[in-house]
Amino acid sequence: MKHKMSNRDKTFWAVTVPVLVLFFAFNTLPMIKGVIYSFTNYRGYGSYEFVGLRNYLDLFTDARVGKSYLFTFKYAIAGTVLVNVLSLVMALGLNSRIRFKSALRGIYFVPNILGGLVIGYIFSFIFTYILPAVGTTFHIGFLENSILASETYAWVGVLIVGVWQAVAMNTIIYISGLQTVPQEVYEASMLDGASKWKEFWSITFPLVLPFVTINLVLSTKNFLMVFDQIMSLTKGGPAQSTESISYLIYRNGMDGGQFGFQSANAVIFFIVIVLISVGQMTIMNKKEEQL
Amino acid sequence: MMEEKKKTNWVLTIVLILGTLTVFFPLYMAFIIAFKQPSEMTNDVAGALAFPQKWSFDNFRQAMEVTDFWRSLGNSLLITLATIVLAILIHSIAGYVIGRGMAHKKSFRFIYLYIVSGMFVPFSILMMPLVKQTAQMGLGNRAGVILLYLVFYMPMNVLLYTGYLKNIPIALEEAADIDGASTWKMYWKIVFPMMTPMHATVAILTALGTWNDVMTPLVIMSGTGQNTLPLAQLNFQTQFGTNYNLAFASYILALIPILIFYIICQKQILNGVANGAVKG
Repeated sequence: MKHKMSNRDKTFWAVTVPVLVLFFAFNTLPMIKGVIYSFTNYRGYGSYEFVGLRNYLDLFTDARVGKSYLFTFKYAIAGTVLVNVLSLVMALGLNSRIRFKSALRGIYFVPNILGGLVIGYIFSFIFTYILPAVGTTFHIGFLENSILASETYAWVGVLIVGVWQAVAMNTIIYISGLQTVPQEVYEASMLDGASKWKEFWSITFPLVLPFVTINLVLSTKNFLMVFDQIMSLTKGGPAQSTESISYLIYRNGMDGGQFGFQSANAVIFFIVIVLISVGQMTIMNKKEEQL
Repeated sequence: MMEEKKKTNWVLTIVLILGTLTVFFPLYMAFIIAFKQPSEMTNDVAGALAFPQKWSFDNFRQAMEVTDFWRSLGNSLLITLATIVLAILIHSIAGYVIGRGMAHKKSFRFIYLYIVSGMFVPFSILMMPLVKQTAQMGLGNRAGVILLYLVFYMPMNVLLYTGYLKNIPIALEEAADIDGASTWKMYWKIVFPMMTPMHATVAILTALGTWNDVMTPLVIMSGTGQNTLPLAQLNFQTQFGTNYNLAFASYILALIPILIFYIICQKQILNGVANGAVKG
């Protein structure tokens, strides 16, 4: 028996060690390197020296970085709220007594399987040519010019595309949440003559709350890391009004000679994502316990 | 079993059917533009929505040439398939070993948390050091991208596999142990086949993520002249110029493979995604 256990142990470590080495080499190690670079003035090439905390101090006074955080947060908050409300409504609809249920579910999931970049290009054309044509024909003032060209509203265009794709995923998750609610619970409430609205808030919503947590954390994280849609819709413009944090790190870190500075930006970005995710999960877990 | 005798909600059905226009409209636009000629691109609404004057595949033929379609498609297929196969083999046994080890050993509990916490690491912080690192190691190519996907998807997949392990009774393994089978053999003969539903979920989630990913191939393979399907759309933007019809033919070509895959495996994909969310 003793011999058998050590054989099992040996196999376990023979699997674990290479996996750990791989994970460390291409996840932890580059992260450590990123942290080290964040304390240097490295441009991505040539020589460099350590500059202490200067990059971090500069981050807080850099207007472009500040602007990218403002845009990314505005985008992530609006996107997360919109996506979760819309997909919960969609899920309720797709989970009720309708015909063509599976076909409809299948169609509404399509946006999620298509790549963000190509979808962005398609919407870019719609925003730039189709909507202004509609605006001109029907004399709708705010549609006459492309919203992607407007410094104030370009982010709404990016938001529409982001939401269009994300709703698909979150709807499926909410549907599987709704299916965990046993039918008897509703039958009991119908006897009480509870209204649909009340039924939703007092029965359905508390029971799907774990799925709300999953969806909130997932969609916030995905919206915060937005990249593909920016790349294809606006390239951060006009006047850097839609430059997301990921896009700025890519743009200026890879080509702009700010390797060290953008590494510091990435470190802060990482900390922000972890804090938000952990915060969301803690708050939601408390809510779940209360119920 | 009481059969549902409730009436169908037709109002809601019709609203939801009309709602699919939000999905179909952008795809319809892309589709008709891909068939039109530049001279047909008018600035009025009716003209923009109308069918092309003739259905000719010239744009598609030209787009295939410009973007080297078949090579990009081949690269995308190679990267996605290799990632899926390796992920199922490596992540499943890693998930098994870590999941079973966790029950007795603190060290495995720590390893589990270490790997799963990788889910919160954004690509942005790894990107720049990884570009240097892969270039130095001679991995600034398709093999490097596959390797990186294996690392990036490891946290999620290990989480899914260790979660699924709870459904597999350990008694089976103990019985095999008494029969004298080695752990390695026992895993591939007994546990691996039993995890098939999770293999499907992992394959689907990994495939959707890698097939559409732009950022990793963009920064890792930029020196090779190789493209994946989405990367080709990005890299040939300038060559399309203002010829939107050519560009849209290329977009449609880029969307078709995954659409076909989705139409064939729709049920499995929806189940896989829902499974992943519930278990994760």
